[in-house]
Amino acid sequence: MPKLHSQNDSPLVPLPTDSYIPARDLHKSPVLEARHLGIDFGGLTAVDDFNLTIGRTEIAGLIGPNGAGKTTVFNLLTKVYQPTRGTIMIDGIDTHGMTTAQVNKLGVARTFQNIRLFDNLSVEDNVKLGMHNQIKYGMVSGILRLPAYWKQERIAHERALELLSIFDMQDLAGAKAGSLPYGAQRRLEIVRALGTNPSLLLLDEPAAGMNPSETAELMENIIKIRDTFQIAIMLIEHDMNLVMGICEGICVLNFGKVIAKGTPEDIQSNPVVIEAYLGKKKEA
Amino acid sequence: MEFLSYLISGVSLGSVYAIIALGYTMVYGIAKMLNFAHGDVIMVGGYVSLMAMTGLGLPWWLAVVLAMLACTVLGVVIEGLAYKPLRAAPSLAVLITAIGVSYFLQNSALLIWGANPKAYTPIISGAVKLFDGKLSISYVSILTVVMCLVIMVALTLFTGKTRMGKAMRACSEDKAAAQLMGINVNRTISMTFAIGSALAAIAGVLLCSSYTSLMPTTGSMPGIKAFTAAVFGGIGSIPGALLGGILLGIIESMAKAYISTQLANSIVFAVLIIMLLVRPAGLLGKYVPEKV
Amino acid sequence: MKKLKKTTAIDFVTYAGVILAFVVITVLKDQGMLTRSLKGQLVPICCYIVMAISLNLTVGVLGELSLGHAGFMSVGAFSGVVAAMGLQSAIPSEPLRLAIALVVGALFAAMAGAIVGVPVLRLRGDYLAIVTLAFGEIIKELINCLIVGVDSQGLHLIFNATGTKGVNDLGLLEGGKVLIKGAQGATGTQTIASFTAGFILIMVSLVVVLNLVRSRSGRAIMALRDNRIAAESVGINVTKYKLMAFVTSAALAGAAGALYGLNFSNLVATKFDFNTSILVLVFVVLGGLGNIWGSILAATVLTILPEALRGFDDYRMLIYAVVLILVMLATNNPQLKALLAKLIPHSRKGEEVNA
Repeated sequence: MPKLHSQNDSPLVPLPTDSYIPARDLHKSPVLEARHLGIDFGGLTAVDDFNLTIGRTEIAGLIGPNGAGKTTVFNLLTKVYQPTRGTIMIDGIDTHGMTTAQVNKLGVARTFQNIRLFDNLSVEDNVKLGMHNQIKYGMVSGILRLPAYWKQERIAHERALELLSIFDMQDLAGAKAGSLPYGAQRRLEIVRALGTNPSLLLLDEPAAGMNPSETAELMENIIKIRDTFQIAIMLIEHDMNLVMGICEGICVLNFGKVIAKGTPEDIQSNPVVIEAYLGKKKEA
Repeated sequence: MEFLSYLISGVSLGSVYAIIALGYTMVYGIAKMLNFAHGDVIMVGGYVSLMAMTGLGLPWWLAVVLAMLACTVLGVVIEGLAYKPLRAAPSLAVLITAIGVSYFLQNSALLIWGANPKAYTPIISGAVKLFDGKLSISYVSILTVVMCLVIMVALTLFTGKTRMGKAMRACSEDKAAAQLMGINVNRTISMTFAIGSALAAIAGVLLCSSYTSLMPTTGSMPGIKAFTAAVFGGIGSIPGALLGGILLGIIESMAKAYISTQLANSIVFAVLIIMLLVRPAGLLGKYVPEKV
Repeated sequence: MKKLKKTTAIDFVTYAGVILAFVVITVLKDQGMLTRSLKGQLVPICCYIVMAISLNLTVGVLGELSLGHAGFMSVGAFSGVVAAMGLQSAIPSEPLRLAIALVVGALFAAMAGAIVGVPVLRLRGDYLAIVTLAFGEIIKELINCLIVGVDSQGLHLIFNATGTKGVNDLGLLEGGKVLIKGAQGATGTQTIASFTAGFILIMVSLVVVLNLVRSRSGRAIMALRDNRIAAESVGINVTKYKLMAFVTSAALAGAAGALYGLNFSNLVATKFDFNTSILVLVFVVLGGLGNIWGSILAATVLTILPEALRGFDDYRMLIYAVVLILVMLATNNPQLKALLAKLIPHSRKGEEVNA
């Protein structure tokens, strides 16, 4: 299992709040390339002509009014829905025809808008399930308790605690996932997603239900995660402070179509975006 | 000529399945549960009508009304006691409870009426003879098919035009929204069970008239096959129940006649399995994808 | 590691309990202190325990309702009988023949499980349940069509679909034996089953199921139960693990069936019908979904109790039904759940739950 590595060679040292955010790097092969992505549900076109490229370690934002199709885009990228049109390339590999599990093995992990934890299992088991494909032993070794079982389970246990410590949750390892408070459940989903060793992490409204101080902490943690794991992160969010604060590139959706793309400054001053959120300005 | 005879008995059998399937499909559409006990309500309808005719000496039409009343009450009581408390529970729990109710009915009947099959005199006797007596269609068969069509039309009008019918359709789409619109969801669900059970009583009378015998387990297999028919035709769809029932009745009759009596049930079930794999929504049903 | 210690303790107690019960009962049996009816029930109880443990893997751990479990028991029973009787001359040692029969039963049931599982496991909830029920009935009818005999040349088999064939069509040589006579089932079986074999089978089932559940594969199976979409999102192959649970469950049921089949000189396929499937389901539900030692207890108590309450035999199934309904209502009642949580410390919020 690949070891966690950070910029400073020691594990998970908290980064200062004014840490350097690298410019969007399009010279490295993009981790995600979506071209002309679209899907129809019966007569309704939910997403149309969606194009997006995400750099290797970029933090990207996907925003738009409610019902714009943001979660649908996530569902398309993770093959919860099979796209009707378009291609998705992960690390240069075409994901046509792949299942959700296959796309995850390729390096895409996600969290859900409505929390989807394994409620009856412990926090640690939830993380270990994230690490499922990293733990190397099979059914027979498990039943017969061969040496591989003991070794891999021990490593998994240590690694799970290590991942939980990102959010200082290691003491909750034995708790039942369904019994955690809302914020902790959201954070657990992120930890579980990280367990899959992804190159792209999709976060669906990670700050939902959080107060300003929790949101600030989350912002720090997202940057920390990106720097530690050297991964790309795309988030759907309604909290504009968070989005404008940490996203390097933002894509704006409305009615299933991209209406704007650019840096936070571009987006904030874009009249099309403002109109989408606030409606047309009344004639004087 | 033989073929025609088998076809007709298939249609007749299928009509009974269709009437039973209607009860399943209506309840599933609204309560999203598979009422395993439905087949056994049929059996109760059979026994009540039998007791009314032989024990009380009532004319057959009064016996049928009595059976419908008894089954309606039974259905509503079962819903209120066993299913309503579990509306928020996982579907596994409701299914197992329904199985429990089914067993309860079967074993109660066993204790009350005994295990021995009882002879059931058909509510109408005699037959129509066609083609110089080579083809004989019993009046019971004709009545069965006619009843099935009448019920189908009545139900379609009911759900389409009446207030209660529209309430039922609303509840089956979205209970919460229906409630916010002022619909009394509890009453609507109870009414659905009532109608389904009344239909079960009719089906029971017709079934027993066809087979002229009645046991506590009489309702079980037709109930399972009728659910198969409902799923086959598209669960939640009234014309689907009709189509599914008739088709399955014909398939069963033909299988018994031309392939094998022992494997007739297997063939019917195999058809169900194939349908669910090829077209999970059934013939006339619509597929509702899961929201993520 | 507080968590590991707790589940290990529960497992340990389960194993210890079974071993202790076996030792005590064997002693009582040898001392002649068991009633005749109870002695005759020892092997069937072992079979029902294994049936309950295996069904719990499907219903409690995987979270899918299977209403055709008796079908796998049936496949195991009849293939086990054919194996044991067919090898009568080749392998004179009874325990060895019994062991081979159990393995054969498990293998055939596993194959049946795979054949049933591949189409069935694509469905969900109620649809899956009704299809497993359908398969159970299909298996019953198919076995009713089997006519099997063995002679010095080997095994003879006829599939009597149309009902026109008979025993004589097997073409058995002099000295050959008919093993399965169509709807009349298996007759003249030599009863080589033993309580010791039953005990060993229970222990094997426990090891397989408990170790599976507490391993990576078990976690994946439980993930499917708790949240299938989330499981897919972390790279878990749904079909693989659903099949794993289903086939393992079927195999164990098959072994139990083989033991059952070799405990009776006559056995008909209609014995393994929907009612038997429901019976085992009741054991699992009452013992607690996912709770393995609960299945053992429920299967034992509910098999012995009717014998002990001979007079109430008529009411037995009625009481089963009522208890089943009441347990379902009780365990899903929010007020009752809150009350239980206060009374029973280990179900307190925040504590880890046993599988």
